[in-house]
Amino acid sequence: MADTSTPTQGTPPEGESRRDFLLYAAGAVGVAGTALAVWPLIHSMNPAADTLALSTTEVDLSAVAEGQAITVTWRGKPVFIRHRTAAEIESARKVDLAELRDPQADDKRVQKPEWLILVGVCTHLGCIPMGQKASDPRGEYGGWFCPCHGSAYDTSGRIRKGPAPLNLAVPTYTFLTDTSVRIG
Amino acid sequence: MSGQEFDNKIIQWVDERLPIFSILKHSAVDYPTPKNLNYWWNFGSLAGFMLVVMVATGIFLAMGYAANTLVAFGAVEHIMRDVNYGWLLRYLHMNGASFFFICVYIHIFRGLYYGSYKAPRELLWALGLLIYLVMMGTAFMGYVLPWGQMSFWGATVITNLFSAVPVVGDYIVTLLWGGFSVDNPTLNRFFALHYLLPFVIFALVFLHVVALHTSKSNNPLGIDVKGPQDTIPFHPYYTIKDLFGIGVLLLFYLGVVFFAPNFFGEPDNYVPANPLVTPPHIVPEWYFLPFYAILRAIPDKLGGVVAMFGAIIILFFLPWIDSSKVRSAKFRPIFKQIFWIFLAVCLVLGYCGSQPPEGEIVIVGRIATAAYFLFFPLLWVLGKVEKPRPLPHSIAAPVLKGASAGHAAQPMEKA
Amino acid sequence: MRKFLTSTLAAALLAVAVPALASEGPALEHQNWTWNGPFGQYDPAQLRRGFQVFREICSNCHSMKLVAYRNLGYLGFTEDEVKAIAAEKQVQDGPNDQGDMYARPARPSDRFVPPFPNDQAARVANNGALPPDLSLINKARAGGPDYIYAVLTGFRDTPPDGVTIPDGMYYNVAFPGHQIAMPPPINDDQVTYADGTKATKEQIAKDAVAFLNWAAEPELDQRHSLGVKALIFVFVMTLLFYALKRKIWANVH
Repeated sequence: MADTSTPTQGTPPEGESRRDFLLYAAGAVGVAGTALAVWPLIHSMNPAADTLALSTTEVDLSAVAEGQAITVTWRGKPVFIRHRTAAEIESARKVDLAELRDPQADDKRVQKPEWLILVGVCTHLGCIPMGQKASDPRGEYGGWFCPCHGSAYDTSGRIRKGPAPLNLAVPTYTFLTDTSVRIG
Repeated sequence: MSGQEFDNKIIQWVDERLPIFSILKHSAVDYPTPKNLNYWWNFGSLAGFMLVVMVATGIFLAMGYAANTLVAFGAVEHIMRDVNYGWLLRYLHMNGASFFFICVYIHIFRGLYYGSYKAPRELLWALGLLIYLVMMGTAFMGYVLPWGQMSFWGATVITNLFSAVPVVGDYIVTLLWGGFSVDNPTLNRFFALHYLLPFVIFALVFLHVVALHTSKSNNPLGIDVKGPQDTIPFHPYYTIKDLFGIGVLLLFYLGVVFFAPNFFGEPDNYVPANPLVTPPHIVPEWYFLPFYAILRAIPDKLGGVVAMFGAIIILFFLPWIDSSKVRSAKFRPIFKQIFWIFLAVCLVLGYCGSQPPEGEIVIVGRIATAAYFLFFPLLWVLGKVEKPRPLPHSIAAPVLKGASAGHAAQPMEKA
Repeated sequence: MRKFLTSTLAAALLAVAVPALASEGPALEHQNWTWNGPFGQYDPAQLRRGFQVFREICSNCHSMKLVAYRNLGYLGFTEDEVKAIAAEKQVQDGPNDQGDMYARPARPSDRFVPPFPNDQAARVANNGALPPDLSLINKARAGGPDYIYAVLTGFRDTPPDGVTIPDGMYYNVAFPGHQIAMPPPINDDQVTYADGTKATKEQIAKDAVAFLNWAAEPELDQRHSLGVKALIFVFVMTLLFYALKRKIWANVH
C-alpha cells in the first residue's frame, strides 16, 4: 500500500476510508476463500462413500447356540455377539452400579437380554479383548480380557479392572426378526 | 560480492548472476568455526548425512512398494526377495531410522549439556525441535508401511491417542483414519505423507543451518568468539573431521545392517497385519519409548496424552526456563550433575516404556515422569542460586593456559 | 581420542541398551547354526535335506506363499528338477479363450502352492487351528531359529503333574503357554535322506529349521559376504580420513 502514504497523490479523505474498507473487505474475502478452498482438502480425508456404504452389516443369529459367541466385522472392527446364558444375565444384573467405573445398568446395554452385542475394541487403546472362543481367557469377571494392558470386562461388557476408562461400546443395531440383526 | 572472487571464469560468470558459489563458499568453506569443538559436535552433520541416506534409499524403495493393504506386506517382501539389492535398500532404510534418531538424540543432549539453546540461539533450538517432531511423525508413518502386525497395532494405538481430545476427539480419529478403523485409506495417506515429510525436514534443516550461521556455533566453553584467533575456517578443518565421523558412524550402521538387521525390529512385524488379532505385547519403536512411558504413567487417558505432548512442547521453552547466563555445563558444577541425572531419567523412562505396565514398572515410570518434569523448574531455580566457576577470557586463552597437559599428549598421539 | 571413544561408546550403549532390555521370555538353548556369525553361510546340502523335510512333512499343513519354485535353484536343484518339483502341484489359471478358469501344473515362476485354498479351509482341516505360513516364521518369532528348533523338539508325551491338556492339544515345553495345536510332527527316521545322513529327530528338526531360515532370509549368504567386504572398505577409509584429519589439524592446537 505504498500509494496510500504518498501525499503527492493528494487522495481526498473520503477516498482514503473507502480504500481502507476495500482493503479489509478484500482481505476478509481472500481469507474466507482460502478457508473454503481448504475444506475440500480436509474433507477428502474423511471416510469415502464406499467406506460409508459398508457401515451396516446384517447378521443371522439362528446358528448361535446359548453360551456361544460369534465375531462379525463391522466398519473394519470386530463386533462381539454373545448368546448369554441365564447365569451370565443374572450375574450381569445383580452387580451394584456403585462399584462400576462407568456405571451402566445391564438392561440399558441390551435390547434382548440373551443377546449381548458389543464393539470388540478395548476402550483403552484399541486392542481386541479375548473371550470369544471357549478356550480364551475371559478374565475374572467372566466377560472379556484384553491381553494388551490387562483390562477385564464383565458379562455385560462393562469395565471392571485394568486401565480402560469405559465399557465396551454398544453399536447401534436393530433386530429385523427374532434371529437376524442389522448393525449400524 | 565485488571483484573477482573465483579464478574459474565459468564459475565467476554463474556466480555474478546466481550467487550459489559464494553462498556455498561463505557457509561451507570460509565459515569461521570455533577451533575448540569436540567430537560431540559431529552429530549434527551426522544427522544430516543420515537424512540424505534415508531420502536416497527411500526413493528407490518407493519404486518397489505399493500402498494398499492387500499387497503392501507382499510388496515389501518382493523388495526383500526379488528386487536387486532390495534387501540392502530396505535394511539400510529400516535401520537408518534408528541411527538417524541416535544421532539426533546425541545432538540434542549435546545442546543441552553445553547450553547451545541459550541466547542468541533460541530459534536455532526451536527449529531443531521442529525437525525432531517432524522426524517422529515421519518415522511413525514409515513404520506402518510394511503392514505387519506391529505396523497395524502401533498405528491403531497411536492414532487412538487423539480420541482423548475432548468433544472432537472421535471426529479427529475418523479424519485421520479416513474410515472407522485403521485401513486402506490410512495406509495410503501415511505413505503420501511419509514421502512428503522428509522434504519438509530438508527445508527445516536449511533454516536450522541459516540460523546457525547467523548466530554462529556454540563451543564447549560456551563463551562467545572474541576474534579470528578463536576460529578456523570450516573447510578443510571441519569437513575432514565430519568425514572421519561419517566413517565411524558407517562402521556401526553397516555392522547392524549386514549382521543384525532386525536388531531394532519386532518379530511381530513379519506377521501380516490382522485387524482381528492383537499381539500380546505392543511396543513402539525404541525412539518413542520414553514418551510412551510418560503416556502410561498418568492413569487418566487425557492426562497421559497431555503429559506426553507436554514433555516435548516444554523443550521449546527451555531457553527461557533456564535462567543461568552461563552456557556450558563445564562451568556449572550443579547443573552438570543434574544433566546426567536427567539423561538417566530419560533412559529409565525408555526402559519402562519397553516393559508391560505391571507391578514396579508402573511406580518407577511415575517417579521417572515426575523427575522428567521436575527438571525444568529446577533449572530455573538453579540459574538463580548456582555459583558458576570463573569463565575463561577467550577460546584461545585456556588452550595457552592448559598448554602443559596438552603438549605432553601431542607427541604421543602423533606417533 | 579419549573423548571420541567415550562418545562412540555412549552411542553404542544407547543403541544396545534400550532394545536389549525389551526382550524377555525363557532362555533358549543356542544352536550352532552354519550361518551364525559374520562369516556364517548356509550349507546347501543341509538346505536340500530341509526342503525334503518341508516337502514331505510340513507342507501337508503349512503354506510358504512367499517362496517360488525358481528359488530352489539356490539349493542346487537343476532347472529340470525344479520344473518337476513345481509340476507336482496344480494352480488355477485363466480365463482361457472360452472364458473358463482352468487348472495347470505349477511352473518354476509360481510361488509354492499352499495345501489349502484359504485360511478357513485350513482351519476346518486342522481342528480349528490355523497352521501359520512358514515363509517368514524364523523372523516372525522371538528367538528365531533357536525357538523354532526348540518347539519342534519340545513335545513331551506326558505333561508334568497338575497340567491338563485339552483334547486336540499337545504339551510342548518351548511353546508359550505350553499348549500347542500342532501334533508332534517329527519322529526318528521319518524321512530317508538321499545323502545318507542319519535321520534322527534332532537332525530332521535342524535341517527343517535351516530350510525355514533360508526361506525367511534368502539374502543371508550375500548379506554376510558383502558385509565383510563393506566393513573392511569402510574401516580402511575411516583410517585414511583419520590420518588426513590429524595432518590437517596438526598446527591448530
